[in-house]
Amino acid sequence: MDQNDINRLRGKTAVVGLAESGCGLASGWSAMEIMANAVHDALDDAGIKLKEVDGVFAATAFHSMAAMSLSEYLGVKPKFADGSQIGGSSFLSHILTAAMALDAGLINVAVVAYGSNQKSAGGFKTISEAMPYEAQYQPRMPVTAYALSAKRYMNEFGATREDLANVAVSARDWALLNPRAYTHQDGPLTVNDVLSARPIVDPLGKLDCCLVTDGGAAVVMTRSDRAKDTKNTPIYLLGAAMEHHHRMISEMPDLVQTSAIESGKRAFSMSGYNPNDMSTIQLYDAFTINTLLFLEDLGFCKKGEAKELVKNNNIGPAGNLKVNTNGGGLSCVHPGMYGLFVTLEALRQLRNASGDDVGQRLDGGWIDNAKLSVAHGNGGVLSSQVTNIWGVSDTL
Amino acid sequence: MAENLAGTVGPEQQFKNFLSEGKFMIQRCKSLNKFFFHPRVAFPGSGERDLEWVEASGNGVVYSSSCNRRLPEKGGDFNLSLITLEEGPRMMARVEGVDPDKVEIGQKVKARISSLNGEPAVIFDIV
Repeated sequence: MDQNDINRLRGKTAVVGLAESGCGLASGWSAMEIMANAVHDALDDAGIKLKEVDGVFAATAFHSMAAMSLSEYLGVKPKFADGSQIGGSSFLSHILTAAMALDAGLINVAVVAYGSNQKSAGGFKTISEAMPYEAQYQPRMPVTAYALSAKRYMNEFGATREDLANVAVSARDWALLNPRAYTHQDGPLTVNDVLSARPIVDPLGKLDCCLVTDGGAAVVMTRSDRAKDTKNTPIYLLGAAMEHHHRMISEMPDLVQTSAIESGKRAFSMSGYNPNDMSTIQLYDAFTINTLLFLEDLGFCKKGEAKELVKNNNIGPAGNLKVNTNGGGLSCVHPGMYGLFVTLEALRQLRNASGDDVGQRLDGGWIDNAKLSVAHGNGGVLSSQVTNIWGVSDTL
Repeated sequence: MAENLAGTVGPEQQFKNFLSEGKFMIQRCKSLNKFFFHPRVAFPGSGERDLEWVEASGNGVVYSSSCNRRLPEKGGDFNLSLITLEEGPRMMARVEGVDPDKVEIGQKVKARISSLNGEPAVIFDIV
């Protein structure tokens, strides 16, 4: 099978409904309840009834068999389900699998979902096993892994903690425009705020790290012929690709190059568009270093040059690159696995520009005339990389 | 490889057993003449199974480093680094004998077998 075969999936499926639920703090709600709420809200958004759902895709840090548990909770008997767990990027790979299952005719309506009550339940939650050959040294995963990458990045390219801090400052500026963002009321950040925050694992401090919140999300997908008849603007999946080359940070071949180089290349190729065609750029920013790595690896600049690209708030609301326009994992929401929220923001920007009501933003929070978004998911310790390219109907 | 694994132990346990005997051993693929870490049942990526254990020189270079902040009552800050061994492979370890935030990329280090939480562990010192 060559690359052209997977490229047949271009534009064949679309998201027709989306929702988030319980973002921030949802005390008294279980992870499943938050996730199921998001599914029902996303189906309402799509105008599709629960009984039509025949594909269920989910992963959480609370359920070893998330797709099965979610199906049972919803009362759905799926003809195809996938609970693959590759960390925070799982949902972007579920979207690829759902597109394949829809295109193959196995299913007609897919829901992809996530839910977490980690914040109200006591903090960062993981079901990851201890890593052999690493665990005895007691790394503070995942922070230690990203700190090792950041240190190496700074060393190889002469980057500084200020360069990393610029990412957090811009993310906050976007969050100030987004009433849904957890830090919306917290005011702007300065580079100095980021540098003087409590050190966690040097060179990363607290404000280089994502938020810890509750939250759930869901999207509804169907084939493009059906999508045309739903009540909102369908957003088409134009490209999708994934790759991973390690699970443990000690096995990452090069700490400053991720598999996003490969996933991005194939996803953009499938979409027929280039990075510079993207109206919005949504990247999984679990830590400030992520944004620099993914801007480079996805082709927005050369390796080592992202530190220049993020200067002068160039990835903030007034900048040239519309990056993480919800505020990102750093300043909007991060309930443990953020991938589906990357997707939600990519889709919301396109739907808003198409005239749908997907919520309010302050001036500059919505990108005018947005037609194409890249959603990039990261999982594990810079491990699994999944890239999705989304477009409105003119881009098909 | 024997189909029946009874009476033998896997490479992970063999590695730990060597450490208990005071030896830091890594695997080498004979046909490729290449070392690798962590221990496996076959060479990663191409699957060769003609493997042997070789004592590592213990010489390495810091590939990256981090200072993990921890409350003094829980043991205080500690270093966690990735070390590229002279033989080629890379591994996670701690560098000790220097402030945990003073370990720099490119520094030469030497392995010794110490213990962490009662288990034998490879620890590195700045050369």
